[in-house]
Amino acid sequence: MDFLNSWGLTAMVFAPLVGAVVMMLIPERDEELHKMVALVASVVSFIIGALLLTNFDYGASGTMQFGVDRSWIDVINARYSIGLDGMSLPLIALTLLVTPLVIIYSWNHIPSPGNAKAFLMLILVLHTGMLGTFVARDLVLFFVFFEVVLLPMYFMIGVWGGEDRLYASIKFFLYTLFGSAFMLVSFLALYWLTGSETFNMVELAAQVQAEGLTRNQQALLFGGMFLGFGIKVPMFPFHTWLPDAHTQAPTQGSVILAAVLLKLGTYGFVRIALPILPEGAVVWAPWIGLLAVIGIIYGALGCLAQTDMKRLIAFSSVAHMGYVMLGIATLTDFGINAAIFGMVAHGLITGMLFFIAGSVKERYHTLEIKRLGGLLIQAPRMGWILGITSMASLGLPGLAGFWGEFPAILAAYNPNAGLNTTLFRVYMVVAAIGTVLAAAYLLWLLQRTAFGEPSEEFADDPNIHDTVFTEWVAWVPMLILIIVLGFVPGLIFDVTNEPVSLIGDVFENMSSDSALGTGG
Amino acid sequence: MFLNQFLFLAAILFCIGVYGVLTRKNGVLVLMSIELILNAVNINLVAFGAFHQHLSGQVFALFVIAVAAAEVGVGLAIVLLIYRNRRSINVAEANILKG
Amino acid sequence: MFLLAAEEAAAHSWLYDNVWLIPALPAAAFVLILFFGKRLPNKGAEIGIAAIVTAFILAVLTTFTWIGDIADSGAHSEEAHSLVVDGGEAIPVDLTAEEGEVRGAPIINEVEWFGIGTDANRATLGTEANGHGEPAGGEGDTHADSDGHAEKSAFSISIGTWVDGQSVMMLFVVTFISLLVHIYSTDYVNGDRRYTHYFAFLSLFTASMLFMVLSSSTLQLIVGWELVGVCSFALIGHWWEDQANSDAALKAFLTNRVGDIGLLIGMTILYFAADQSFSIKTINEMAVAGDISKGTLQIAALCLMAAVMSKSGQFILHTWLPDAMAGPTPVSALIHAATMVVAGVYMIGRLYPVFFVGFGIAGGSINVMAFIGGLTCVGGGLLAFVQRDIKKVLAYSTVSQLGYMVLALGMGAYTAGMFHLFTHAFFKACLFLGAGSVSHACHHSFDMKADMGGLRKYMPTTFATFMIGTAALAGIPPLAGFWSKDEILVGAGVWPGTEGNGTYTIPFIFGMITAAMTAAYMTRAVWLTFFGDYRGHEEPHESGPRITVPLVILASMAVVVGFFNMPSGFVKALRLPEGWAHKFEDWVEPAGVATFVSKEANKFTHAKPSLSLAVVATALAVGAGFLVWNYYKRLYAMDPKATEYTNGMASRIPPLAAGHRVLENKYYLDHLYTGVIAGGTKGPLARAANWTNQNILDGLVNAVGSTSVVAGRFIYRFIDQGVVDGTVNASGSTASRLGQLLRGMQSGQVRQYATLMFGAATVLVAVFIFAV
Repeated sequence: MDFLNSWGLTAMVFAPLVGAVVMMLIPERDEELHKMVALVASVVSFIIGALLLTNFDYGASGTMQFGVDRSWIDVINARYSIGLDGMSLPLIALTLLVTPLVIIYSWNHIPSPGNAKAFLMLILVLHTGMLGTFVARDLVLFFVFFEVVLLPMYFMIGVWGGEDRLYASIKFFLYTLFGSAFMLVSFLALYWLTGSETFNMVELAAQVQAEGLTRNQQALLFGGMFLGFGIKVPMFPFHTWLPDAHTQAPTQGSVILAAVLLKLGTYGFVRIALPILPEGAVVWAPWIGLLAVIGIIYGALGCLAQTDMKRLIAFSSVAHMGYVMLGIATLTDFGINAAIFGMVAHGLITGMLFFIAGSVKERYHTLEIKRLGGLLIQAPRMGWILGITSMASLGLPGLAGFWGEFPAILAAYNPNAGLNTTLFRVYMVVAAIGTVLAAAYLLWLLQRTAFGEPSEEFADDPNIHDTVFTEWVAWVPMLILIIVLGFVPGLIFDVTNEPVSLIGDVFENMSSDSALGTGG
Repeated sequence: MFLNQFLFLAAILFCIGVYGVLTRKNGVLVLMSIELILNAVNINLVAFGAFHQHLSGQVFALFVIAVAAAEVGVGLAIVLLIYRNRRSINVAEANILKG
Repeated sequence: MFLLAAEEAAAHSWLYDNVWLIPALPAAAFVLILFFGKRLPNKGAEIGIAAIVTAFILAVLTTFTWIGDIADSGAHSEEAHSLVVDGGEAIPVDLTAEEGEVRGAPIINEVEWFGIGTDANRATLGTEANGHGEPAGGEGDTHADSDGHAEKSAFSISIGTWVDGQSVMMLFVVTFISLLVHIYSTDYVNGDRRYTHYFAFLSLFTASMLFMVLSSSTLQLIVGWELVGVCSFALIGHWWEDQANSDAALKAFLTNRVGDIGLLIGMTILYFAADQSFSIKTINEMAVAGDISKGTLQIAALCLMAAVMSKSGQFILHTWLPDAMAGPTPVSALIHAATMVVAGVYMIGRLYPVFFVGFGIAGGSINVMAFIGGLTCVGGGLLAFVQRDIKKVLAYSTVSQLGYMVLALGMGAYTAGMFHLFTHAFFKACLFLGAGSVSHACHHSFDMKADMGGLRKYMPTTFATFMIGTAALAGIPPLAGFWSKDEILVGAGVWPGTEGNGTYTIPFIFGMITAAMTAAYMTRAVWLTFFGDYRGHEEPHESGPRITVPLVILASMAVVVGFFNMPSGFVKALRLPEGWAHKFEDWVEPAGVATFVSKEANKFTHAKPSLSLAVVATALAVGAGFLVWNYYKRLYAMDPKATEYTNGMASRIPPLAAGHRVLENKYYLDHLYTGVIAGGTKGPLARAANWTNQNILDGLVNAVGSTSVVAGRFIYRFIDQGVVDGTVNASGSTASRLGQLLRGMQSGQVRQYATLMFGAATVLVAVFIFAV
């Protein structure tokens, strides 16, 4: 217990990095050993994480647990401050789950040009970066972890990517870095403006309240963070790096990108931007909502125009993250809870879709929708999985996707008292229309790829076979979670509700003079 | 005052020495001309020493004579080496310092 | 845990508490069939049938328990009720007065599903306010809970079962028809390559429908609603190798999604209007008590109407339903006739107070619901005339009959609508399965004109059952359809002496037209299928017992079920026991509807039956049928193989021809949806979005990128290389040039150096001498 309390989180975060260091010492040709080490490292991290999760006090999910606060860079008052609460817990769990699955999937799916050592090391470094971002409680530490994930992903796309990989990787890297720069400026400005002694998020939030930063100041600071996080999400119109990065990235990269990386942005909003700068959030929320619903419709329309399966799935991320952002923009308990659920659900579902796309590509050597077809005949199990996942993605109740979507729409009906209700109701209607478009493109994809007879080109291709063992191992946990979360959404809502209500309190206190209307 | 005569002598010697240095092509003659210049200086030193009733002039003269001996030693060695390399002691031909 | 009538119903409470088993059984069957079905001797069908049989038994037991409870608790209420019917005047029955004695009040069992959001006032609402013991319609009792719970805590969203007359009725209908369809399917889809999947989805469909029926919260209702939709998608597209089938499946799903926009928004509005509650009970109570403004209810009801339009095939979102006939016929019977499509109607009934108050049904003369229903029953009926495909005739007939139900509900004839739902399920299932049997005989063709005719000689059982179904649908007394249709027409309150909730003249006219039309198009279908000469090839044959037995059962149900709701006047006239009258109303009508009386403006009344109306309506139907019959008889006399006049009225008279063309093109709605809306979205709109993305947004990003590159090149070439580096280089080269210049002085000539030195010394001396 003591170990867990003081070292657990650190061990969980850095176990993959240790694995990467160990791999550095192993010669490159010993591929099996590399895979083993990578898997062990991620599983160790998973086990520590699981222990933490079981020892987590779910009754007090609003408080920081397993916290560590040590001096780190004294010169700038940055501290090594980490902790786990109900808001980061689902995302940590998602990350802990997805990375080992990706490594398992890599067992026989190392993309060209090979070199398992470097590839897996990058995944492990990514893993540490992602976990670190979700546990960091210090802005500088957060920023460091936030940026740590950039480089491995850059290399992953740039080296193991598709034909246009260089363009995609550079675009990804520069675009996100561009946003991060503004984010960092905001962080620093926050530090100086509040005269804070530390970069600790909670204390900064308190300082902002105490110092009484003006609405304009907050709005400016929020704007910087908005750029940083919004590009990562990605929000319309900052999304154009995403389809390219996804399309060019190797399957594993796409999965991690979709499952976890995009959540860093939305997580940043709920963890940092909203609680620290509530006034700024109120100023920005209508715009965020606007961009979110534009993203929903626009992403869906973009999907309908795609001819490439992977690119279609990538565009669907823009639409789905729109729901998450809409939930956040309402600044209500309901909306933010929905957003966190939406993050996890999108991670599982879209991650799963990318896995399938990767496997389809491996078999058919193409992802062009019009050349595919009859997957249900040639690989029935995979076709089924695609069917279930598409249904989940289009927000079918009973599967995970619904609980990110509907509560977000619901919350938009009655946003925070400081926001324009009529405007958000318009957003709600638009978002609801988006669900139809989502059904349209996903079912269209399903019809073109899974239904019908296989095209002549591939009818007798011996290369096309049903799901293999590693695919099953990698996919089944995600599928089970998609279904289980669909029927027991409380698994996440019960954990997130308390920390989210703390954020909700911030906004309620702010607008305590104007009570929440009950609609009508 | 007999100082002026010494100074005149020294000046004449000096000029002869300079002339020799500048016009002679033979390395040995150049060395000898340098000796003349040095000796002109020595005369001056001794003359001034006697004029001022001071020993430092003579001491310096002795010192110059010693240096001159050394200088001739080195100079002759250089000339000898030039001769060995070029079979000539014509200083005009020794121009490898050219930039 | 919230049992109000716990003491009374103690003996039966096990059933009420565990009614969740009814959907759970088929759901479990779905999973089992999916994973183990293929390894079993009957490919999984046995699991599905076992589950549905058990569910059916439980449903029947629940039904009897419910009926028993009603009878037990109904002594005094019966009296009050009979006042309504017999007393001539529609006296409001205030059943809420006696606390704890609400007859037919729903029995709700809820468990917490999850907690989300916080609300100080409603911290305990999830557990207490939904209790069964609350008096229905109590004003503001939801607010009474705010007894100073200062501490914020997540209020829970519950999942549970809701047992009342309406849900019990549906439990019975769904399990009954599902069971017959299961049995029928073992023959009908025998040998299909996805036999196992077929049964898995039948089970899942049944489970979803039952889950929806038992919903105690709107959220749960949404979940069930959508699950039903997805099963429908899977079953319509059962033969997905053919693109036409998967297109139909897609169309069904997408059309339903369009309606779901309304569902999601409507439920959202109700959620907030009811002080953040998904509980159907709370919503209904608040709607009745006037705690929700009428405007809000109206908007919510309009939104929900959109959902009803898509799910229950109302104009103008009905177009998916006929296309859905692409699925196997038993599926059409189960889903697209008897159960799934009535989900919309069921939802109206479930949230009836919302609609009743929102649309101001009491005392009205027309409203959106009645109008849409009326439009649908006429529009659908017209389309049924021009179909060649027997299943499509039935599909449009379903559209039309669903319109009838919505019409009834829109006029405030709640019981009539529900009763029609009940009777329609049996005879429509009978007709669909009959059509399947016919197609089975005619080598899987559904084309009445090309491959059928004269089948009555070949398949007597199918013919007999189909005739009964047709007569029931056409409303020929004393079959089921007659009773329910009659009640609906009565409910309009237009016919002298009926006194409904209002005076719904236009809907009444629609209803009368439909009554005539139904008989006419069904006569046409029957003639084309069973009379005349056989036009197909090869000898047709009667189907096997697994097909005919369900037909016979359904046909007999079509005969009897109508008697469950005989008007008391009729009962008296025949000198039957008084208790036999309006049983269905007693059993099904929920307490929630009866509690409308608490508000004067929203008084809910029962219409009085009228013998003259029944006679007129029947005469209309019979007359219309007779006309069509005559038409075909004359045609037959001219040419035994003909199915239409070569130069009939429809081709001779231009307006009729135009009308015919409009009907043939299904009012051009498909062109609008598929061609204009879907095509437009998928085509130009999506392409425009993509173009914007590639050229404008991405172009912008790329432009920024390439501009940076150009700027970089400029800076590199001119500034960096030119100015900055130029300076450095210039200093270097100057030094070098100077060096070159000075180089000449370095001749290497010792004498020259010496000359310079002496020269310089001389100059220096001169300077010293003259300048200093």
